[in-house]
Amino acid sequence: MERLKPVDVVVIGGGFTGLLMAKELATRTSLSVVVLERGPDRKLLDYMDDMDEVDFSLRFRMMQNISEETVTHRHTTADRAVPVREWGHVRLGTGTGGSGEHWTGVANRYPEDTFVIKSAIKERFPAARIPENLSVQDWTVTWKDIEPYYTKVEELMGIGGKAGNLQGRKIPGGNMFEGPRSKEYPVRPHLQNYAMTVFEKAARELGYNPYINPAATLPADYTNPDGISRPACQYCSYCMLYGCMIGAKAQPTNLLLPILKQKKAFSLRNGCWVRRIVHRDGHAEGVEFMDEQGRECFQPASLVIQSSFTSGNVRSLLLSKIGTPYNPATGEGTLGRNFTHQMSGGGNAFLVYPTKMNAFMAAGGQGMAFSDFDGFNRLEPDAQILRGGTFTGGGGGGHPIASFGATPPGTTTRNWGSAWKQAAIEHNDRTGGGPGFSAEHLAYRQNFLDLDPTYTDKWGDPLLRTTIDWTDHERRMRDFSARISDQMAETMARVSGAKLYQRPAERTGRRSGRYQTASYATTHLHGGAIMSENPREGVVNTFLQHWDVPNLFVLGASAFPHAGPTNPTMTALSLTLRSADALIGRYFKNPGKLV
Amino acid sequence: MKRREFLILPAKTLGGYLLASTLAGESLFGQNAPKPEADVKIPLRFFTAQEAAVVSAMTERIFPTDASGAGAREAGVVIFIDRQLAGPYGHDKYRYTKGPWVESIPEHGYQGQANPRKIYRDGIAKLGDFTALSAANQDQALIAIERTTFFQMVRTHTLEGMFCDPLHGGNADMVGWRLIGYPGPVMAFRHEIEKYRGVPYPKVEPQSLEQMLGRKVPGWEDEPV
Repeated sequence: MERLKPVDVVVIGGGFTGLLMAKELATRTSLSVVVLERGPDRKLLDYMDDMDEVDFSLRFRMMQNISEETVTHRHTTADRAVPVREWGHVRLGTGTGGSGEHWTGVANRYPEDTFVIKSAIKERFPAARIPENLSVQDWTVTWKDIEPYYTKVEELMGIGGKAGNLQGRKIPGGNMFEGPRSKEYPVRPHLQNYAMTVFEKAARELGYNPYINPAATLPADYTNPDGISRPACQYCSYCMLYGCMIGAKAQPTNLLLPILKQKKAFSLRNGCWVRRIVHRDGHAEGVEFMDEQGRECFQPASLVIQSSFTSGNVRSLLLSKIGTPYNPATGEGTLGRNFTHQMSGGGNAFLVYPTKMNAFMAAGGQGMAFSDFDGFNRLEPDAQILRGGTFTGGGGGGHPIASFGATPPGTTTRNWGSAWKQAAIEHNDRTGGGPGFSAEHLAYRQNFLDLDPTYTDKWGDPLLRTTIDWTDHERRMRDFSARISDQMAETMARVSGAKLYQRPAERTGRRSGRYQTASYATTHLHGGAIMSENPREGVVNTFLQHWDVPNLFVLGASAFPHAGPTNPTMTALSLTLRSADALIGRYFKNPGKLV
Repeated sequence: MKRREFLILPAKTLGGYLLASTLAGESLFGQNAPKPEADVKIPLRFFTAQEAAVVSAMTERIFPTDASGAGAREAGVVIFIDRQLAGPYGHDKYRYTKGPWVESIPEHGYQGQANPRKIYRDGIAKLGDFTALSAANQDQALIAIERTTFFQMVRTHTLEGMFCDPLHGGNADMVGWRLIGYPGPVMAFRHEIEKYRGVPYPKVEPQSLEQMLGRKVPGWEDEPV
């Protein structure tokens, strides 16, 4: 094994959190920072060639090479796990920028009480209503702690939106159910397409408070506090699963790399696959990795930043034997605990609009939402659920292959042949459904991560095994979301003149009621290396410092004690900035435990 | 060495004049395009000529040429499929293919060991002398296999070949995009999105990626396996 020259900081994974941490360290200290990234380099110019649905939307050309590493899944410990053989329920990114390149740019903050979920549920409900296997816990940060960092991340990216709660002042047109914001969004909200105007009209008619969803795909030209200028989005619709070819979407390659590349003490190495964090007596000594030529190397470092995806972080700790693996039978151990995905739902309505919607003009994250049912807002006692969620709709992004073929229920007997072709052409770009639903996925004792005993990656290391299923609580949340969504769809039909159909429930794909890996859900995996008040309840402290190994920090959504109701990026990056402040303000002056 | 197999088609069936010339390996804007009444010989990368004929016939029943417009034949869907199967996709190069292979529940999706090449080869063999059947009998034969992995794969690939960027060998002359009014990967809709809100976008001449960029972009199917 080749022993490399020691560096101050080694960062495992060159995605959004890793490169953001690197940028903070490289610009605010003189420390040497090396980032080891498994995947290829990425540049703006590559993305020009990538506006191709087959290779990028359907064959996942930008994603991690799943033949080299995947995850396995089983519903319960009594089942046998099988590998996810092709990208289905999640799509993990790779290369410089990681999933921060191909993300959609949905840029919500979490609600104020998400961070104190356990206390909030306990206060609100009698013990009898709380499922006994619920393992939610408070996040160790409050709204007050995280709000300044949300603001910084929004300014870094130039999030386009409208405040609905500015220092406590409620403003219609924004999300009034959000925690108080210290500042207005740095950029105006997105332009509205046809579907968004229909959504907005219907939501208002039903007394909800719709807003244009905040997005990281610049609705206007913007220069951020670092002096990085990016042009406004052109609504080309090649966003989710694509890198932005003009740099309008906030991506590590356009926000962070231009700054990092000017720093002599910074280096990024592509094609480097970290296999183990080497540690002794509670101290990380560096990392072992395979380099771009397939040589085994050891990179000594004073500080190790683990910043892969949620699954990669937990797997790295398990493979490196850092911490105690969680045992769901006894409740002992913390590593792998509180694994969550994201709750989604929606209704069964199928709408045929009187006009074509031009869904090919779209920006990632462009859409409408209402948060009137977020958290405990308007919780119906009959629904028998602990938390509500956000309803969304109006997003475009219709690529010609994936969007072709929707026909009203009962139109044709089969989905091929002349009659179907004719109906599909007639309805193309004219159909939609009721709002979608996105909600917190609460943590349960039985949902966890560990190493798979059977399947291995390209080096022979065990894959990560996910053990997870929905419970009756999530199924009730879905039923609740279907009622609200169907009611919205009726109103959307009325205000637009659309024709309303009901889809048979089994065709909506959400009704089997069990967790599935075959079709896309969201790439929002959380937990497994969660933040906690004490070492008995989690893997890292509030500054994302490992409880057992103080010179190891674990960034990203693996630290989330449960899944927030919307997309995790803004929260993951805010916690990263908070961690960077603690490192720079306190840790480097006196390396050791911050808590 | 395996004898090279060709798909031989009248140029005029294939989306028209321009694309026939691309498929024959010449530049889109070249001077030597074949006459519409001439035959084009398209080298096959995976299928035998006979297999290509069967798959072609299948795609033409799935997405027929009819009163509603062009179908799989004009789009050259079989050429798209042939190239996909010859490339990394057909070989499962980017699929997790380590064993043990076990049957699992539907929530886990396709867990089979057969790659798309094998699924096609076996599926075609089972169809027998498909091209000799009448259209109605072809439909009956397809209805009988409608729930198989093979049929569902051919259906999916037919839509892909119908509406893909022409760089992949399907959607010849962008006949698929014309059918549905898709303008192609156009970069600038900023000044159109409000203008055409609730108003159909005008029928425009679609632009392929190659036309947008002024140069050829290789598809992933061209990556060596």
